[in-house]
Amino acid sequence: MSPGKLVSLRQMQPGQRGRVVEIHGGHGMIARLGALGIRPGCRITKINSMLMRGPVTIQVGHTQLALGYGMASKILLELI
Amino acid sequence: MKILLMGNPNVGKSVVFSRLTGVHVIASNYPGTTVTYTKGAMKVGDEMDEVIDVPGTYSLEPTCEAEHVALDMLQQGDVIINVMDATNLERNLNLTLQLLEMGVPMLVALNIWDDAQHRGIHIDLKRLEELLGVPVLPTVATTGQGIKELVVNIPNARAPKLPPHSADERWATIGSIIGQVQQVTHRHHTLSERFGDASVRPVTGALIAIAVLVGMFFFIRFIGESLITYILDPLFNILWSPVVLKISDLLGGSGFFHSVLIGNFTGGEVNYVEAFGLLTTGLYVPFAMVLPYITSFYFVLGILEDTGYLPRLAVLMDTILHRLGLHGYAIIPTLLGFGCNVPAVMATRILESKRERFIAATLISIAVPCAALQAMIFGLVGDYGIQYVAIIYGTLFIVWIVLGFIMNRVAKGYSPELLIEIPSYRLPPWRVMLHKLWIRHYGFLKEAIPIVLGAVLVINILYILGVFEAIANFTAPIVTGLLGLPKEAVMALAIGFLRKDVAMGMLAPLSLTAEQLVVGSVVLAMFFPCIATFVILIRELGIITMLKSLGIMIVTALVVGGLLNLIL
Repeated sequence: MSPGKLVSLRQMQPGQRGRVVEIHGGHGMIARLGALGIRPGCRITKINSMLMRGPVTIQVGHTQLALGYGMASKILLELI
Repeated sequence: MKILLMGNPNVGKSVVFSRLTGVHVIASNYPGTTVTYTKGAMKVGDEMDEVIDVPGTYSLEPTCEAEHVALDMLQQGDVIINVMDATNLERNLNLTLQLLEMGVPMLVALNIWDDAQHRGIHIDLKRLEELLGVPVLPTVATTGQGIKELVVNIPNARAPKLPPHSADERWATIGSIIGQVQQVTHRHHTLSERFGDASVRPVTGALIAIAVLVGMFFFIRFIGESLITYILDPLFNILWSPVVLKISDLLGGSGFFHSVLIGNFTGGEVNYVEAFGLLTTGLYVPFAMVLPYITSFYFVLGILEDTGYLPRLAVLMDTILHRLGLHGYAIIPTLLGFGCNVPAVMATRILESKRERFIAATLISIAVPCAALQAMIFGLVGDYGIQYVAIIYGTLFIVWIVLGFIMNRVAKGYSPELLIEIPSYRLPPWRVMLHKLWIRHYGFLKEAIPIVLGAVLVINILYILGVFEAIANFTAPIVTGLLGLPKEAVMALAIGFLRKDVAMGMLAPLSLTAEQLVVGSVVLAMFFPCIATFVILIRELGIITMLKSLGIMIVTALVVGGLLNLIL
C-alpha cells in the first residue's frame, strides 16, 4: 500500500471502487464532506463525471452524491 | 412544550410535520426544500404542544442560511423528533449522535421504512433503541404509516446525554452501531437506478434534460390553454357575461361606479382584457388567464420535484452555472422562479455564499418571469404568433447568461463548489403532490387576488384623477424615445410594481404592434420586481445589496429594451 498508488476521485474511472486515504482541504471542506459521510477510510464507488470540469457523481454507502471537480481532485483514494 | 422536527435534508420532515399538525407545508424529493421554519400545533396527551418543522442539516456546523435557521431553532426545543432516512442509516446517525450530545430529549422517526425494506435493508429496531437510548419508531410519512405510534411515544422521549465526541470517535461509534443493527441483502439494479445513472451521464443526461425541459414547457402550455379554452373562457362568456351586462345596465352604462366596477366596453360585448373594471378585468386576469397556468405549471413542477429529477438537473447544469458565478444547485431556485419569484428568492438560502445568493436572486428577478406574467405573455403576445413569444424568452435567456457572466466577473467574494446529495428516483406520492398543488393554489389566491383587485382599483382612480396623463407626459422621452412605446405604457410599467399580470393587461388596450408588445413584455419582466418580490429581496439580501440588485435591474431593462426597439 504505497502512497504512490493513490488516485484522486477525479482520475478514477466510472465503476471503479476505492477507499479514501487523504482529503486535501481546509477545515470547512473536510467538515462538509465528513457530514455527508466522505472521510478517510470510507469506500466510494465512482459513478460518473461530467465533461468540461463538471461535477463527479459517486456512491457512498446507500447515498449518491455529486461534488465539484475541484473537491474531487482533492480526495485521494486507493483502488480496491 | 416545543417539539422540533430535525434531521438530515430530504428525509421527509415536512411530510411528517403535515401529518402531525395538519399545517400545510411544501414537501419535495430534493434536499433543501424547507429553508425556513414553520410552526404548527398538535395534541400530546392533554396539552397542545407547538411543533416546528426545521430545515434539514447534515451536521451542527452550518454551511448555509437554511442550516443556520436549523441551529437557531435547536436552542429552543424541549423535545426533538429526529427524522431519519432508514435507507441512509449511517449518515443519518452522524447528526443523531451530535443531537444526542446536546442533551435534548429525543425520539427517532425512522422514516422511508418501506423503501428500506424494498431495497433489502434490514434494521434491528430493538437493538437500535438500546444503543441510542431513545425510542425508535418506523414510519412511512407519505402514507401515514407509523405516525400514530410516533405521537403516542412522544412522552417517552429520552435524553441519554452522550459525552461530546470528536468526529473520528463518532464515526467509530456509528460503524459499531451499523454493524450491530443493519443487514443488507444483495439485490440487482432496479430500472429506476439505471435511469438514475443515465441522467447524470454527460451525453444521455443532456439529452434527457433537454427532453424533460422542452416536454415540460409544451405540457404546461397544453394544460394551461386547454383549461382556458374549454373551461374558463366558456364560464366567463356564458355564465358571467350576462351578469356583467345586467350590472352595467343597472349602473346606467357609464359614470364613476360603472368605470370602477365594469370599466369601458363598446358594442355590447364584454372585452374582459381591455375593460379594466373590478368585475371584468379584475376577475378575468387572475381567474381565467393566470390561474390555469398556475395549475399547469405547479402540476408539472410538482412531478419534477417529487420524482427526484431536480438534483440531477443541478449536476448537469453545474458547468454552465459556474460561468455565471453559481453552482448547479442554483437551478432549483431558478426553476421555482418560473412559478413565483418570491419562493424562488427564499430558496436561494440553499446556496452557501452571500455572493451566490446575490447573483442568483438578481438573475431570478431580472430574467425569470413568473407564471402570472408568462400566462399574460402567452395570452396577449401569443395571438400575434409564437415567434414573438420565442423572442421574449430568447431575450430573457441571453440576458440571464450575459448578466450572470458579467456579475461573476465583477461581484466580490467566492462561489463554492457543488456538493449535493442525489436522492433516489421514486414515483411521486400522489397525496403529497396534490397537497402541494393545493397549497400553491391557495397561496396564489390569497396573495394575488387582493393585489390584482387593488391594482385595478388604483388604476381606475388614478385614471379618473388624471394622474396618468401627467406622469405619461413626464416620462415620455424614455418610454417613447428609448423604448418606442406609446407614452401611456409608462403606467403599465409603474403598475408592474404591484402585479405584473395586471401590468401586461394594461398594455392590451394600447393597440401596440407585436414588436412593441415584445419590448413591453421584456422591459416589464426585467425592469422592477413586483412588490412581493421586492419585500423578500430586502429581507433576504439586506437593503444595500437589494439596492445594487435593483440598480442592475433598471439599467439592464433600459439597455435591453432600447436595443430591442432598435433591432425589431
